[in-house]
Amino acid sequence: MRSASRILSLTILGFVLVAFGIGSGLLATSAQAGEVPLPKPAKAFKGEQCVEPTDVMRRNHFEFLKHQRDETLREGVRGNKYSLNECIDCHAVTSPDVAGGKVRTLKPFCAECHAYAAVSIDCFQCHTGAALPDAKQSALPADHADKAMITALQKHLDKGAKQ
Amino acid sequence: MTDKSMNTVDTSRVDTSRRNLLKGGAAAAIITLAPGVTLQTVQAAVTGPVTSAKRWGMLIDATAPEGVWDLAVDACKAEQGWGKDKDDANPATDPQWIRKVSIKDPKTGAKASLPVMCQHCANPPCVDVCPTGASMKREDGIVLVDKHICIGCRYCMMACPYSCRSFVHEDVRGQKQHMPRGKGTVESCTMCVHRVDKGQKPACVEALNKAGSNAIMFGDLNDPNSDISRAVSKYVTQRIRADLGVEPGVHYRGI
Repeated sequence: MRSASRILSLTILGFVLVAFGIGSGLLATSAQAGEVPLPKPAKAFKGEQCVEPTDVMRRNHFEFLKHQRDETLREGVRGNKYSLNECIDCHAVTSPDVAGGKVRTLKPFCAECHAYAAVSIDCFQCHTGAALPDAKQSALPADHADKAMITALQKHLDKGAKQ
Repeated sequence: MTDKSMNTVDTSRVDTSRRNLLKGGAAAAIITLAPGVTLQTVQAAVTGPVTSAKRWGMLIDATAPEGVWDLAVDACKAEQGWGKDKDDANPATDPQWIRKVSIKDPKTGAKASLPVMCQHCANPPCVDVCPTGASMKREDGIVLVDKHICIGCRYCMMACPYSCRSFVHEDVRGQKQHMPRGKGTVESCTMCVHRVDKGQKPACVEALNKAGSNAIMFGDLNDPNSDISRAVSKYVTQRIRADLGVEPGVHYRGI
């Protein structure tokens, strides 16, 4: 009796897996049959470049945020490079799933990978993930141009200092 | 030069270095170099860390007309996003960052009304008892809860002689961007630390000033020339339960 039910459940599981494989194959051609499709975090609301290259941000964003949150809260250091509010400023987008698409939030960006990687931490149980309503879309991130210029000038000056 | 040092261009101090002057000039020049490109925010100067050179404090005039304290409480609610509509309020457990307290001398019948909020003690008992280090005092005397590591044990609420800490019992929605709040943590008056760090006054003080009242003064108690230091040295002020030796940063007049 027990073995019969096991065979039955295995058969059902097999059907489900095959059905899922076909479904995901249709949806995402890159995903192999049976694999969970790769996350597709929403494209930034504005800007072409983050404060760090994409691979660095992917691997270390939590370190940056955690380090800076302690500095800001406990020591009162303000205006540093990695700010959660700036994440929201650039990456919060509207989605029909959140507040009927009326509010820009970080959910379509953060939750996508966090769900894939089974990351349970959620900044937005306490922090608001909603962007301020008056923010406008621009072609450049807030201070992308001056940062690039300062870096270029810095390199130039450092080169001069060595000579 | 690392990224970090590049980011700490301090505009508050006089800098005689020609190199730093060039760097500062470059940041400002970008705006004029690129007409037609609107940058939403200019790179803000990094400020802090705060030091014990400052000691933020308040002086509350309890002889002011009673109505002004409601203004202060409402301003705090609006700024920090606490407080609820009457319909879904649970007065026994809802957080109170600042409250109006009425007192009466039973012998003489003299009455007074005053706001009570976190007294930002120099020797805060809430910090002493916190098992995780979440309850903390900044160098400039502002007492805060680091909600990232608060486990919601509420020891600090027991320890506070002023009952100024609140526990968040219910889910919170609609938080302000500068003030994250969440269920299961303890919170209290932050002396509007997000405004103070920008050089502004706390919301309650500003609301009273707008209404033409100076009933709450805010300033640096360490600076002998600040308005609050002058007032504290001019008038007889007292601190609630001064006998406890916790050295509150909030002074009162007329109680």
